[in-house]
Amino acid sequence: MVEVVKGALSLGLLWAIMTIGVYITYRILSIADLTVEGSITLGAAIAAHAISSGMNPYLGTLIALFGGMAAGLCTGLLHTKLKIPALLSGILTMIALYSINLRVMGKANISLLRMENVYTVFENMGLEPTWATITLGAMSVLVIVCLLYWFFGTELGCAIRATGNNPYMVRAQGINTNTMIIIGLIISNGLVSLGGALIAQNQNFSDIGMGTGSIVIGLASVIIGEVLFGKRNFFMRLLSLVFGAITYRIIIAFVLKLGMHSNDLKLFTAITVAIALALPMIKDFVNPPKISIGEGEQDA
Amino acid sequence: MLRIDGVYKVFNPGTVNQKTALRNVSLTMKEGDFITLIGGNGAGKSTLLNCIAGVYGVDKGSINIAEVDVTKLTEYKRAAFLGRVFQDPMMGTASDMILEENLALALRRGKARGLRWGISNKEREVYRELLSHLGLGLEHRLNVKVKLLSGGQRQAITLLMATLNKPKVLLLDEHTAALDPKTASIVLDLTERLIHENGLTTLMVTHNMRDAIRYGNRLIMMHDGRIFLDIQGEEKKKLTVEELLARFGSASGQEFSYDRALLS
Ligand SMILES: Nc1ncnc2c1ncn2[C@@H]1O[C@H](COP(=O)(O)OP(=O)(O)OP(=O)(O)O)[C@@H](O)[C@H]1O
Ligand SMILES: [Mg+2]
Repeated sequence: MVEVVKGALSLGLLWAIMTIGVYITYRILSIADLTVEGSITLGAAIAAHAISSGMNPYLGTLIALFGGMAAGLCTGLLHTKLKIPALLSGILTMIALYSINLRVMGKANISLLRMENVYTVFENMGLEPTWATITLGAMSVLVIVCLLYWFFGTELGCAIRATGNNPYMVRAQGINTNTMIIIGLIISNGLVSLGGALIAQNQNFSDIGMGTGSIVIGLASVIIGEVLFGKRNFFMRLLSLVFGAITYRIIIAFVLKLGMHSNDLKLFTAITVAIALALPMIKDFVNPPKISIGEGEQDA
Repeated sequence: MLRIDGVYKVFNPGTVNQKTALRNVSLTMKEGDFITLIGGNGAGKSTLLNCIAGVYGVDKGSINIAEVDVTKLTEYKRAAFLGRVFQDPMMGTASDMILEENLALALRRGKARGLRWGISNKEREVYRELLSHLGLGLEHRLNVKVKLLSGGQRQAITLLMATLNKPKVLLLDEHTAALDPKTASIVLDLTERLIHENGLTTLMVTHNMRDAIRYGNRLIMMHDGRIFLDIQGEEKKKLTVEELLARFGSASGQEFSYDRALLS
């Protein structure tokens, strides 16, 4: 039982990084960006290739971050310069990344067993593997949440948030919305790829198929976080994503324990997300909204 | 301050939906001019404002703002010169962001956005002060999401945002059309006050003939993509609705068939 929660906690922290990336496109930019399915694998592929060819794992992980950023840049350019719809731009980059990821790895999967990785330092300090993952995962998540909280409070960050909200208004304020979208996609996919690199080192292998369905896992975590942990201010919102990702892992661990076949997990996740996204509509159907006059206009 | 020279705008050229929305429009605005722009549906008023703002490029002619040729500049670059308020109260603000964040975005209009903090405490004081002048109680609601405010409040905020960083030209496109009459008149009075206090050069589209006559120092009427009437000075001051209708008829050779304008 404790083992299960501990495992879910460690995985959840790593997936939280990816979840934060999905949140940036899905909630902040209002774009469903499918690039992430490719960039999470890209991160894993780069890290695995780097580590298996003897590179310092931290350096390999850093390169993975940059790789993801480049993928985000590609999608951003396709969308803003070539005017391809965002969803399709993401799909194009995702498909292109499939080939690129195979090139990077040279084969469909790389095993990292018994190789030094980013967690080794913590294991050498006497932590058991799961705790090593939790330690590094928690540290990374904390740094990322603080950095993003700061960034989205800056002038540039505010402009990016506004772009996802009302691009007309943003252009009228002299901001290049295309640049804002590109920056958002770069940050998002950088984080997703970083997450992929850390996940690969945690599971000791990278696999060409590991990204399939990751967008749905990310969305599920975003939604669980919002529903269970609220969305009062921006800092709490970022933290709620972390809790959401961990909760998702705990739920998955339990349904597996209850006997669900692991092959059915993605179906389960997809149905969960579909229901969660439909919740507002279901609520209205079961309990039609009362028309209230003057709501929120106390002073007018 | 604003010079428009022989501007043409054609939508969907070469298709069955081809539509010439502006035909050889020329207009020069002096600093401090407050022009009211009136005309029937589809006259090309919004298209003219959108061409000035760079939402659309023009097919022929040129546009200068404050002696800068902006004809080829993108919308976001021209924004450095322009304050804009739209017909739709949703358009002018980022509704999921709080009031002070919206104001802070507007204060930096036309400036590069860096990694400085998005709002300073000093600014907040200024916002509170300016909002209290609006008389809508908004000075206590800096932390409220704009989507929780009423249409009138939002238009007042958008107006304030448009004038916060003094624009060379203020463009108002029927910015009170979506409001109830009482709120509309509050927002119009506020508009006049802000224009007066800041000495703003303004181009205001309205559907209401009385408002077009009451406000501003110059009145322009458009029809079918052309400017038909341009009345200013003493002549404008003495203008009546009846006279305006008659002059439109003789200038365009048509009856002014616009019921909304006659209603009010
Ligand atoms: N984006 C567009 N694409 C195609 N045609 C357009 C577009 N925008 C405007 N038009 C056409 O150009 C003409 C002028 O439209 P415009 O919106 O400028 O009129 P308006 O004077 O603002 O009218 P209203 O009083 O109804 O707002 C109309 O015939 C309209 O159908
Ligand atoms: Mg119009």
